[in-house]
Amino acid sequence: MSEGRAPALPPQSKKAKPPRLSREQEQRRQVLRGGVAAVGLLLLQPLAWIPVVRRWRERLRPPGALVENAFLGACIKCGQCVQVCPVEALVLADAKDGFGLGVPYIDARRQACDFSCDALSCILACPTGALSHALHTKEEVRAGVARLARPDACRARKGEGFRGLARGDRFSGRLRYEEIDRWNPLPVRDHPYDREVCDLCVIECPIGEEAIQLVPFDDGSGQRRMTPWVKRGCVGCGVCEMICPAEPAAIVVDARAEYGEGRGRDPGNEARGPLEAAPKIEADET
Amino acid sequence: MSGLLEQLAIMLGRAPRRPLKVTETAAAIHAAKRGRGVKRAELLEEIHDANENHTWRNRRWMVLIGINLLFTLSFWVDIQILEGSLTASRFIGFHLADPYSSLLVVLSAKRVPVNLAIGAATIALFWGLVGGRAFCSWACPYHLVAEWAEMLHLRLASRGIVRDHPIHRATRSVLWVAFALLTLLTGYALFLVLNPIGMLSRALIYGPSLALAWVLLLLAFEVLYARRAWCRYVCPIGLTYGFLGAKAPLRVTYDLESCAHEGECRKVCEVSHVLELTIKGRAEDAKMDVGPDCTRCGLCVDICPTGALRYELKGVKRLL
Repeated sequence: MSEGRAPALPPQSKKAKPPRLSREQEQRRQVLRGGVAAVGLLLLQPLAWIPVVRRWRERLRPPGALVENAFLGACIKCGQCVQVCPVEALVLADAKDGFGLGVPYIDARRQACDFSCDALSCILACPTGALSHALHTKEEVRAGVARLARPDACRARKGEGFRGLARGDRFSGRLRYEEIDRWNPLPVRDHPYDREVCDLCVIECPIGEEAIQLVPFDDGSGQRRMTPWVKRGCVGCGVCEMICPAEPAAIVVDARAEYGEGRGRDPGNEARGPLEAAPKIEADET
Repeated sequence: MSGLLEQLAIMLGRAPRRPLKVTETAAAIHAAKRGRGVKRAELLEEIHDANENHTWRNRRWMVLIGINLLFTLSFWVDIQILEGSLTASRFIGFHLADPYSSLLVVLSAKRVPVNLAIGAATIALFWGLVGGRAFCSWACPYHLVAEWAEMLHLRLASRGIVRDHPIHRATRSVLWVAFALLTLLTGYALFLVLNPIGMLSRALIYGPSLALAWVLLLLAFEVLYARRAWCRYVCPIGLTYGFLGAKAPLRVTYDLESCAHEGECRKVCEVSHVLELTIKGRAEDAKMDVGPDCTRCGLCVDICPTGALRYELKGVKRLL
């Protein structure tokens, strides 16, 4: 390298001139610097704990993710799951997630997991079992549970239909429209809807009526209206949240929630079935 | 075997020492060279030529960029050859995994995922043959940006603007253990949050992230305070590869006879302690292998004005 041979210019400041040190002094300084550097690096790490402990971000995790702490510990942050997802629903979290850095999550409103891959490709791609190989079908996934978070914004409950593009013409999300193309997910913006009563969350649900149904309910004024009813087959994939034409979405997925958790008093939940806890995956059996 | 143990101890942080025993041939060469000063002045022309020679560095940069490009293109253009990132990936379907990152995941998850074990073993075998820390200089993207930062550091240092503050090399060994222990205790692979190699590799493949600020901070530290600090004094991934390549057949070898002892090689070396055998009177034998901490980067091979340092594939001569 030419730098090694660069002509030695006279030092511009005397400060930069190394002080003459004995061997022992130099050795002692090196050890001291090493100690400071090591302690510094080790003390820096607990900072990454804060976002996790304080639960700053409740992330919707990919199918088969172990319970949150085990998941963060087992993920090697390689992104192979990101690469195999046909709709690119998975993204890797940034430094703001602390230990979650480089760990995959799903922003359902941007792009939900629509199981276009059929085979749970992300689980198959995961080299560490952070996404549990114990799952084989989409119906077994328990990423979270959908919840009608803004019932007043729900078009069905207002008795409205829906015509047009669910998320506008600039939305980049894709979805599998099985009747058009079984194998390739298509852009949502190329697929206009025309529904008498808005039921996009129900018709696009990859699980079907085991997970969500449109049911009649009484809104109190004596008028019979329809409302989506999330059932215990819901896997938390987030397609309902992505496709909901209300802005912000009337229906959202609560990451890692269990069915029936804290939602007994939701309006329109009269028809809700018995509470049933989703099975928790503590560790991969395989 | 004591030779190997000595080499490993030096890699872990002990200072290289004068040899206790020197072979007869080496002693004869040392004796013949005694009294003759280091003829730097006479070598100046060759040294100057050597400074212009970047053969191995350019080849290495091409390979390094090629490997990382393969990762990026596998995702962006979906050519699916090398999928994943440097911590773990699949090469046309075969699992690959970084051994130290895998160890941390095993320690935090407290079980051994089969695919990860297969991947780590494959990588260990590959770099064990191709030369341990050759991973660092031939594949690691952080190594490349750190090399650029080093150039800047040296330029500033030559003008007296900055000064290198060497850190004790045992720091890396202590941290290797500390990161592993912390992972075992907390259940999180803590080191992966600080790992600039993973951050850079992911940024190259999946797009830039805020985490790059940490990488820039490290580079700034290396430019302003301690030359090549991460690779020299911290990186447990590099140390792991050092162990894996301790007996690797691909080595940089040293020829005492032709060495002029002018010391250009030690100035460019990332791990100059492995080249202390080029100091006058230090070599134990007439032909020697450079120690396991060597990254096989070839900067010394490029710069050596007398061709005393060369790449060699051990056992090839015997096979032929």
